[in-house]
Amino acid sequence: MNNSKNFFEIFSLPVGWELDVDQLGLRFRALQKTFHPDRFANKNDFEKRLAVQAAANFNQAYETIKNPLSRAQYLLELEGFAANQESHITADGHFLMDQMLLREALSEIKDSADPKQSLASLSIEAQQTAMEIQAEFARQYQLKAYDDAFGTLAKMQFAVKFVNDIVEFEAELEDL
Amino acid sequence: MALLQISEPGQSPQPHQRKFAVGIDLGTTNSLVATVRSGSEVILPDEQGRELLPSVVHYSAEGVSCIGYEALEHNSSDPLNTLSSVKRLLGRGVDDIKTLGNTLPYEFSSDDGGMPKINTAYGPVSPIQVSAEILRKLSSRAEFSLGSMLDGAVITVPAYFDDAQRQATKDAATLAGIKVLRLLNEPTAAAIAYGLDEKAQSGEIHQRTIAVYDLGGGTFDVSILRLSKGVFEVLATGGDSALGGDDFDHAIANWLRVELGMGDKLDVVEQRILLEAAKAAKEELTDHEKIQLDILDASLTLTREKMHKLIDALIDTTLTACKRSLRDAGVESSMIDDVVLVGGSTRMPRVAAKVSELFGRQPKCTIDPDLVVAMGAAKQADVLIGNKSADDMLLLDVIPLSLGIETMGGLTEKIIHRNTTIPVAKAQEFTTFKDGQTAMSIHVIQGDRELVSDCRSLARFELRGIPPMVAGSAKIQVSYQVDADGLLSVSAREISSGVESRIEVKPSYGLTDNEITQMLQDSFANARDDMRLRALREQQVEADRMLEDLQAAIEKDGKSLLDNSELQCLQIALAELHQLRNQTEDHRQLSAQIEAVGKVSEEFAARRMDASIKQALAGLSLDDALK
Repeated sequence: MNNSKNFFEIFSLPVGWELDVDQLGLRFRALQKTFHPDRFANKNDFEKRLAVQAAANFNQAYETIKNPLSRAQYLLELEGFAANQESHITADGHFLMDQMLLREALSEIKDSADPKQSLASLSIEAQQTAMEIQAEFARQYQLKAYDDAFGTLAKMQFAVKFVNDIVEFEAELEDL
Repeated sequence: MALLQISEPGQSPQPHQRKFAVGIDLGTTNSLVATVRSGSEVILPDEQGRELLPSVVHYSAEGVSCIGYEALEHNSSDPLNTLSSVKRLLGRGVDDIKTLGNTLPYEFSSDDGGMPKINTAYGPVSPIQVSAEILRKLSSRAEFSLGSMLDGAVITVPAYFDDAQRQATKDAATLAGIKVLRLLNEPTAAAIAYGLDEKAQSGEIHQRTIAVYDLGGGTFDVSILRLSKGVFEVLATGGDSALGGDDFDHAIANWLRVELGMGDKLDVVEQRILLEAAKAAKEELTDHEKIQLDILDASLTLTREKMHKLIDALIDTTLTACKRSLRDAGVESSMIDDVVLVGGSTRMPRVAAKVSELFGRQPKCTIDPDLVVAMGAAKQADVLIGNKSADDMLLLDVIPLSLGIETMGGLTEKIIHRNTTIPVAKAQEFTTFKDGQTAMSIHVIQGDRELVSDCRSLARFELRGIPPMVAGSAKIQVSYQVDADGLLSVSAREISSGVESRIEVKPSYGLTDNEITQMLQDSFANARDDMRLRALREQQVEADRMLEDLQAAIEKDGKSLLDNSELQCLQIALAELHQLRNQTEDHRQLSAQIEAVGKVSEEFAARRMDASIKQALAGLSLDDALK
């Protein structure tokens, strides 16, 4: 297979932040229906190996551009940024201060009277923040202000990690 | 023309000849084999009409004396040589067995690889060998019943099986001489058995979200799937590969032990007696509120309520796993359209009641929960072997536990996260931390905990030959690849210097290829079969497949995708392969030529793939999407 195609081109979709997720899913399934190793169970080993590679590649492409954070990272990688690093630091002091306050709120919830209720409202706040950051990224990317977008990506990582931590915490509360 | 000779009658398999494929449910307690006959799946019974094969093997000094119901009869009289529930030991190390504790009343010895062996009158046997005996019994049952050699089988495994357990299952099949078309997750198999039926009954279903709750004898799985137009997409899976109905028995047996005033140390016979009594009690309490137990000259009363107290904590563990999977899938329990019950232990009313409470709906169990997995596997086998058009079914399964690597301080770094759709390939870069470091040790682990010590160790290996450099400047790329069976292979190479040092590993606890070859050799030593002939036959089949596939590809795309000299080059290679296939008796020579043809056809394959991608997406224009 032609490996020079980027993850958007694989699905014949335009490179960009805006993405029709239903259309992506449709195309992903169409490709998997053709290339999944199950289609090659009866073929020779050589073609089987190619099918595994192709299917793995489609899976990776699909996951990467479906998920907003990894899509943002990937878009900046295509623009030559080393965006795939786990944690680069944002220089926005206000943002960091807000994040610290949110984290504090999360750690205090354990001792609150109704942890589930407090967690739910914190969760809504965190998701709102995440959406705002995504919108900021979208604007900057649209304007080709990639350096700014790169800074916003760091914030996006923070926000997503926080949302995930809340989900993890909710899980712990439920499991008790 | 060389190509015309290839399709001479009798030389390559007829393309439309029906092939025989089966689905095998290799269970902790019972195993089954099923196939698709005139469009519907049937369980293949033994000569006495019994569908289940108890997963029990009895050994005498001469070797395997009997398997299944006959072996079960030796359970009380000869417990140490009557091996049951060995699925719980598959892919486990000696240390794991210790944590399973006294629940398995066997004597163990370990070989060098850390794989446990059970001491029997015949000598030490590995869980893989015992499983192979069960598989061999089922495959000969199928061959007898179908009146033909098997062309392949789909074997089911618990969705929550880790890599070592999957590899061990596949090794057992290889040892039994079965061609594995696919390892299939048990809950996914159950969903296939249900899902397609419904489609047939109610016309086109747009999208359904299904939860499969699978509680067997020794394993528990839950899977959340989305079914849309014949695509089964597993969204999340969870479970516990060491929790099942056996544990209910142990909880009840333990209560019996205390009630009877017996000490902590029971001999093997006493253990078996208590376990059998517990099992019988559990089953009787399905229909009765209260039962009388006469055991070891004593009489006890056990109420259903008391039993619930003994087992509720175990059931609750499964419900916690269900909630976690729902969260992983991003699905609320109210969004589940169907709940499917699988596994003999779901026959317990308590289990069914608690599951329906969690999901807020009555579970489906219109297909016998003992048979449904084998039936789904048979369906999948029929598709994979090519008897049924594959257009209306596609399965996208996931990896149950994250795969990672050990980093400094005994911490895990995840490379592939749990619930990632397979097959999947991921690479990550690491670097050296000392000046002039020429080797790096790599520890492959599976699990979702932070600490390496809480995860399963799959393999350790060393990458050597790194050119000496300043600390931090070497680039070591570690690549993980998981195939559609959920099996992992790992490779590592140094990429900055261009000096490639590469290593591939298969996880530990399984058997090495050499061990499998040796065991196969041993099992054929007294039989008419000859190992070499077998290897040659395998390569001949592979050669035929390659010739057939490539010939078809050339007929279809040769003119449009290859120029004359490329076409000629490929045809020469094929003609050589064809000639060698009919002349040589050396399987290695044939295998080398197959490899060579593969190389020559590489570019052709790549172009065909690009053409098929275009074709697959052709019907989906962006304009349509925007309408």
